[in-house]
Amino acid sequence: MTRPSVPKPAGVAQPQVVTLRIDGRDVSARSDETILSVARQNRIDIPTLCYLDGLSGWGACRLCLVDIKGTPKLLPACVTLVREGMEVTTDSPRLQKYRRMVLELLFSERNHVCSVCVSNGKCELQAMAQRLGMTHVSLPYRYPRLEFDSSNDLFRMDHNRCILCTRCVRVCDEIEGAHTWDCRGRGIETRIISDLNEPWGESSTCTRCGKCVNVCPTGALSQKGTAVAEMTKRVTFLPYLTLMRNSDEP
Amino acid sequence: MPREIEINPVTRIEGHAKITLKLDDNGVVSDALFHVTQFRGFEKFCEGRPMTEMPSLMARTCGICPVSHLMAASKACDQLLAVNIPPTADKLRRIMNLAQIVQSHALSFFHLSSPDLLMGMDANPAKRNIFGVLGEYPQLAKDGIRLRAIGQTVIEILGGKRIHPAWTVPGGVNAPLTPEKHQQISQLMPEALEIAQRTLVWFKRNLSRFSEEAAAFGNFPTYFLGLVTPTGGLEHYDGLLRVVDARGQIVEDMVPPERYLDIIAEAVEPYSFMKFPYLKALGYPQGIYRVGPLARLNIIDHVGTPLADQEWAEFREMHRGPVLSSFHYHYARLIEILYGVERIMELLADKDIMSPRVRARARPNRDEGIGVTEAPRGTIMHHYRIDEHGLVTWANLIIATGHNNLAMNRGVLQVARHFVDGSKIQEGMLNRVEAVIRCYDPCLSCATHAYGQMPMRIELRSATGELLDQVGR
Ligand code: FES
Repeated sequence: MTRPSVPKPAGVAQPQVVTLRIDGRDVSARSDETILSVARQNRIDIPTLCYLDGLSGWGACRLCLVDIKGTPKLLPACVTLVREGMEVTTDSPRLQKYRRMVLELLFSERNHVCSVCVSNGKCELQAMAQRLGMTHVSLPYRYPRLEFDSSNDLFRMDHNRCILCTRCVRVCDEIEGAHTWDCRGRGIETRIISDLNEPWGESSTCTRCGKCVNVCPTGALSQKGTAVAEMTKRVTFLPYLTLMRNSDEP
Repeated sequence: MPREIEINPVTRIEGHAKITLKLDDNGVVSDALFHVTQFRGFEKFCEGRPMTEMPSLMARTCGICPVSHLMAASKACDQLLAVNIPPTADKLRRIMNLAQIVQSHALSFFHLSSPDLLMGMDANPAKRNIFGVLGEYPQLAKDGIRLRAIGQTVIEILGGKRIHPAWTVPGGVNAPLTPEKHQQISQLMPEALEIAQRTLVWFKRNLSRFSEEAAAFGNFPTYFLGLVTPTGGLEHYDGLLRVVDARGQIVEDMVPPERYLDIIAEAVEPYSFMKFPYLKALGYPQGIYRVGPLARLNIIDHVGTPLADQEWAEFREMHRGPVLSSFHYHYARLIEILYGVERIMELLADKDIMSPRVRARARPNRDEGIGVTEAPRGTIMHHYRIDEHGLVTWANLIIATGHNNLAMNRGVLQVARHFVDGSKIQEGMLNRVEAVIRCYDPCLSCATHAYGQMPMRIELRSATGELLDQVGR
């Protein structure tokens, strides 16, 4: 897939220092930073799902939508760079409504049956629904019939629980360097696939490192043998790993 | 002219059922059909799911006895892994299973059935519930509520959750018993034992008052099926299958549960989504048998705990052999509660009960697994097949209410013959039919109707659909 990675300012121009307003607070930032990272540095928390510290921004889930004065559209904070004089609102009844709607869409799109899920109680999607006060899903559930790939020795992929955040795709490509995972199809038909849509167990590129399993926010990727609510993910390795990689760079 | 009477009891969660009574040309009830008109499809939707999900998925079959389904599913999964689970895990699972028997029996006896027993079948429905009992027999009602709470609390202490604990997993349980939890459970037991004994004394003292019900309620010969220990003792978690006939003769004995298909088969009827298991040797529909507390006490040679053994001897003395009246499901439940509490106390005293080794780990090693346990309402059988990656390809469940299906039809028929007179439905029919069904405590009963009554409607219609009579509430 083509990567809409965070655009770097063209040429050799050094990033400049800009000042902007987030939720009424004056903050300063480097011009190559995203609204999300600047907000977080200033302890302003914007909800995110597909974003993960240590991986490139992707903008898949739209949970981090923010309001920018003078811009007609809401923009995803995780992939939008700051600009001089920007006025950003990260929280408002309207944004909350949209975020809840995003969650409802995610829940209705596939089969998220928390009660029997390996990640029950440890799921980022579930936690986000609780945090944002999503009390019910007002849209009809789609109940798609989706595969469950259990062909890998160590791990399994349950497409029923996948929210297409592509964290697995990014970690496999950017950190592990294997690029086993990718996306197939478009829109609601999109699926995560391994290699050229082969069973995961038959993948020749997968190194069985388990990074994808650990970054997956839901129960879509899990360790084999785990029963309900037993899957605990560890993502703390990522920032360190990225830091070390980056320090290698010339 | 042949006619049909329809009874429509609607409960909120466990299923939608109705009863049709068929009248022959002389207005005599010729048949009673207990329909389960709701299709739930558990067997279908677990196809393609990983086996490790089965215990929790299957626990959703029932909100009253989820633990029983957890146990049966976990045992089937143990077989798929081809492991012997650590002895401590076996004992811990037993404690949870017994706690479940205690709480479920308490719910059935005190909350659902005691109003009928204490106030009489024809008492004002507004008072014929646990709150009515609370007003007139406060001690008994309080005991019931307390006993159920104790059972629930034990489940919660062990599993971290009352209704659908995820603690029982393929290969064992996922957390050992800590000394604090051990102490918490131990402290509850003496009170539970006292309540169990007190209630039994009360019930036996009043037994003569119910003799009419006992004679009329589902009192007919059938076979009985259930699990027993290798020495013929009472068993709820593991054990071997035994079938006895109405005279107490053993017809099948020490059958390993994996071979359940050697002794029973399932028939399908177009009018119900519930299957009709029957004893293979006798054929359908002659192979009618009952499961559950009454059956368990009818098939054993002894109970296995001192106090319950005494009570059991007395119980069996009543009829000098198997007790046939479904009414005595109630009596049997009380004896099982006593046994459950005694047995939990024994298990807690086991020196290895707090051992940290509680889980065997393995990959799926077999493609077929069968788990059989005794739920409060009777034997449940979970049978799964998996593919080479551990995904379920096929599942079959036989639940307690299913085993009793034929017997329930028979019981309703018996009552209907008493209460249908030509084209008229006599007063009291609704209550009796409901009470007969309640003897079996089918999973159709649910938390909501514990505090009220089954909304029911009986319609008596001619063959042309003309409404001749109706009663309802
Ligand atoms: S976190 Fe920004 S779009 Fe998902």
